[in-house]
Amino acid sequence: MSSKIKSLKYNGKWDFSPSIESLENLSIQKEYQLFINGKFQKPLAKKYFPSINPTNEQQLSSIAKAESDDVDLAVNSARAAFNGQWSEISAKERAKYIYRIARIIQEKSKELAIVETLDGGKPIRESRDIDIPLAAAHFFYYAGWADKLNYAFPNRTPKPLGVVGQIIPWNFPLMMAAWKIAPALATGNTVVLKPAESTSITALLLAEIIKEAELPPGVVNIITGDGSTGNLIVNHPDINKIAFTGSTDVGKSIMKSISGTNKRSTMELGGKAANIIFEDAPLDQAVEGIINGIYFNQGHVCCAGSRLFIQESVYELVLRKLKDRMQSLVVGNPLDKNTDIGAVNSKQQLATIHKYIDVGVKEGADIYQLNCELPNSGYWCPPTLFTNVSQSHSIAKEEIFGPVLAIQTFRTTQEVIDKANNTPYGLSAGVWTDKGSKAFNLAAKLKAGVIWANTYNKFDPTSPFGGYKESGHGREGGLHGLNPYLNLE
Amino acid sequence: MSKRIKVLKTYKIFIDGKFPRTESGRYYQLKKDNISIANVCLSSRKDLRNAVLSARNAFESWSNKSAYNRSQILYRIAEMMEGKKTQFIEELILQGEDSNKSILEIDQSIDRIIYFAGWPDKINPIFGSVNPVASSHFNFTILEPMGVVGIVAPEKISLLGLVSSIIPVILSGNTCVAIASEKLPLCAISLAEVISNSDVPNGVVNIITGSKDELAPHLAQHMDVNALGIKIDNKELKNKMFFQASNNLKRVVDVSKYKIEDSSFESPYIIKKFMEAKTTWHPIEKDFTSTNNY
Amino acid sequence: MILDLKTKVDKLGIEDRVSRITKRSLKSEAKLQGLKMILSMIDLTTLEGMDTNRSVEQLCYKATHLHQEFPELPNVAAVCVYPNMVKTASNFLKDSEVKVASVATAFPSGNSSLEVKVQETKEAVINGAEEIDMVISRGKFHSGEYNYVFDEIAIIKENCGDKVRLKVILETGELGDYDHIRLASEIAIKAGADFIKTSTGKIKPAATLPITLVMLEAIKDHYYNTGKMVGMKPAGGISNSKLALQYLIMVKETLGNLWLDKHWFRFGASSLANDVLMQILKQKTGFYQSNNYFSKD
Repeated sequence: MSSKIKSLKYNGKWDFSPSIESLENLSIQKEYQLFINGKFQKPLAKKYFPSINPTNEQQLSSIAKAESDDVDLAVNSARAAFNGQWSEISAKERAKYIYRIARIIQEKSKELAIVETLDGGKPIRESRDIDIPLAAAHFFYYAGWADKLNYAFPNRTPKPLGVVGQIIPWNFPLMMAAWKIAPALATGNTVVLKPAESTSITALLLAEIIKEAELPPGVVNIITGDGSTGNLIVNHPDINKIAFTGSTDVGKSIMKSISGTNKRSTMELGGKAANIIFEDAPLDQAVEGIINGIYFNQGHVCCAGSRLFIQESVYELVLRKLKDRMQSLVVGNPLDKNTDIGAVNSKQQLATIHKYIDVGVKEGADIYQLNCELPNSGYWCPPTLFTNVSQSHSIAKEEIFGPVLAIQTFRTTQEVIDKANNTPYGLSAGVWTDKGSKAFNLAAKLKAGVIWANTYNKFDPTSPFGGYKESGHGREGGLHGLNPYLNLE
Repeated sequence: MSKRIKVLKTYKIFIDGKFPRTESGRYYQLKKDNISIANVCLSSRKDLRNAVLSARNAFESWSNKSAYNRSQILYRIAEMMEGKKTQFIEELILQGEDSNKSILEIDQSIDRIIYFAGWPDKINPIFGSVNPVASSHFNFTILEPMGVVGIVAPEKISLLGLVSSIIPVILSGNTCVAIASEKLPLCAISLAEVISNSDVPNGVVNIITGSKDELAPHLAQHMDVNALGIKIDNKELKNKMFFQASNNLKRVVDVSKYKIEDSSFESPYIIKKFMEAKTTWHPIEKDFTSTNNY
Repeated sequence: MILDLKTKVDKLGIEDRVSRITKRSLKSEAKLQGLKMILSMIDLTTLEGMDTNRSVEQLCYKATHLHQEFPELPNVAAVCVYPNMVKTASNFLKDSEVKVASVATAFPSGNSSLEVKVQETKEAVINGAEEIDMVISRGKFHSGEYNYVFDEIAIIKENCGDKVRLKVILETGELGDYDHIRLASEIAIKAGADFIKTSTGKIKPAATLPITLVMLEAIKDHYYNTGKMVGMKPAGGISNSKLALQYLIMVKETLGNLWLDKHWFRFGASSLANDVLMQILKQKTGFYQSNNYFSKD
């Protein structure tokens, strides 16, 4: 390929005008309380913390901070509900409550999507088309299991565990709440859930929906707070199970805290997924898969394809196609319907990403970043990639959780399998090849809980999700997702 | 002030999402205490033929919908039915049912639809399989819908019976042609109205009324019907149907074995009866590990 | 030359990309700019058995007088007619920038001898055609006679001469998979096409967004391999502005600025022009328009 051929230009001749989602019918409360025992109530110590819009660093709302007494109240309500109404009604009727939640989410989907974008920074197109519909779908799917548990586990009569404590992250706030609450309720448990500190609002809107659906008081309690609130839940003696999605480090400390107790657990932790492009892959579509894998959701995805492996024979070609494709990515105001990459969720996360970018440069990898205008305020990171990365570089080993891709090459199948598996993580992986038998071989050999062949970042309520090794244990979604919430002995 | 004259309802049949009269123009009368309560279409085999045609045309896109989509549509049927409860209760009472039993029957029908609405995306996880064959192949078995199913609905417990005949059949992607209860046909048409309001594509459900003796054998003989779900009390007619179904080896499910009024009816096994298992093989490459032994 | 199914295209991947593109939102200035571009890229087409000199002249008039109220709007790119109407069109449009394009090579089926096809092409050119829209031999393609398909295109191109541009119609609705469409695109490009075009418009499916994307990707790879540009024309089934804008966004995000020009991208359409005018008017006035205010030719 001649290097004299000019790269194609994608911007400057016909650019998108702003297409901002209207905030007309929206109202975010100035202050949100804790949702305990079917009511919104003030935190006993009357402490609040701000929720910031990462696009403009403005405060959106004040969120209640649950402390020890509040957590006790929530757990006690959940226990009372479990011992009372929630266990007394038939599974059939339980299902109907969960169906109601799904339907109401669908009715309020626009509002939820906008709030999700304001609070978390993700593009409105993503909240609207992925986050909210998947959240509704999760509730709908698990509602259908409530009265069918006897078919799920041969020779067992499943029983709920009791009160489950759930702690969720900030990257898919409402969707994560759905992933946790839906199976817990379907299996007959009651819930105490803590949303992430920087993204509490949609969880609280969900609380309003739960109230509207007339769920018996105490069945779902949503208590906002920070890491200390999370600790209180983890250590509470009357919680039967902890479900946590978040960083591997915090996951490890939770496991330490509950060791020696009878508490059950599921952990859905970090990842450093290998996304593997073979020479016989449909390359343009594979490039789209690379983009989806690492730049979708600003790279704040535990299963992000953050390590790209390109078979050497097509390395230059794929790199050229990738850089060309990146030129059409729009970075900016997440409320703009054309934005592909929104704001980084928080100041801390941006600092972390910047730190890794510096490390990458220092360790000798070559950096390429999309040349785009970034807004003056807010937290932003343009899509970034590093080439000439080796297996031992920090950026190839540690989870960055941002739109930063580390690119390596490989020659043979065996070589890439070894490199892909050479990590303490094992959440997901991607394989791109036109040859079915090769795809299945890779699927068999890669040590990850989710393998995407010729696609990436696809989620469905029926498809089990979870990791190997330090990416966690337990599965969410599908029939397998019932298991962690049931006693099958 | 003069008394308000009621507008009487015309009961038509339900084919391809529309409500035509029977092409034969015939009718039979439902009477209560010797007073006519309705003129019901006495459908002909041509109506049946049209219905099967419509069901066949609808099969491809209905079975290609995602299981989630079908679940939502079924749930919508329940939502719509809940809204029309009073109409159903009135019709059941008109046909001679007692008031409490009518309420029970409609509640059970709605709840049963909700029960089955949860199954489409759960059948294969439970009954499908990945088979660990001895050769290096990825081998999996999935259950698929059969095609067009002919239904002869129960004579008594007309509403719950019809719902129980139709819903387990269509949830997996089959389409159907149902012959309603001959003596208690009114709810069948109201059910058709609910279905046509529920985003169910045209042709997925077709409901005709008429003489069971006349119509059922045509359903049994039809070469483009893949299966039958029948609840027939008359032994002679039932045996005749089994016999004629052998023409093209239809799968015949005798619904008499199931107790419709009982909640034990609610199980995935009735769904399975209207599905086929397909097994696929695909090689899994095994690669050589090279050793550098220079 | 080895012509085979080398480049693989993943159907679901293409459709995913298209779905992202259709979610783009065009408002205000960007929308108006896009609509004007579309107008300038339209090949106003009449290919009816019952075309007469009169009906062709009416079309030519419309091509040069789109809407009195807005003289600043661009003209369409070309008028596309059957070979026996070329002289009429050419005479009418001789003082205009609007080009005369002629179909040829036994359009739409392509089932005639090579001699007949060459003759038809030469006549059209002599009568004033500035562009030739030819069809490939789909039968030969399906029989695997790719060299035949290639040679035929090269010969027609030769007979067009230097000044006339050749558009090669693949008739994608008859080709099968996206892999086949990719192969046909590559054959046409390598054989000398100035444009590759989706369809004759006489069968369904005609142009679709995914098919167009496959063809744009072939053009892009060719550009990076040789430095040469090839144009693209989706034809048939594009009857409203919203869809046309989606096509244009797809061109923008796949090939970039250079192709956002009537020299390299065209729309084969007949009723699209009126819809674009209505949308332009709506953008300028703020309210929805009615068909009654736009001439129906």
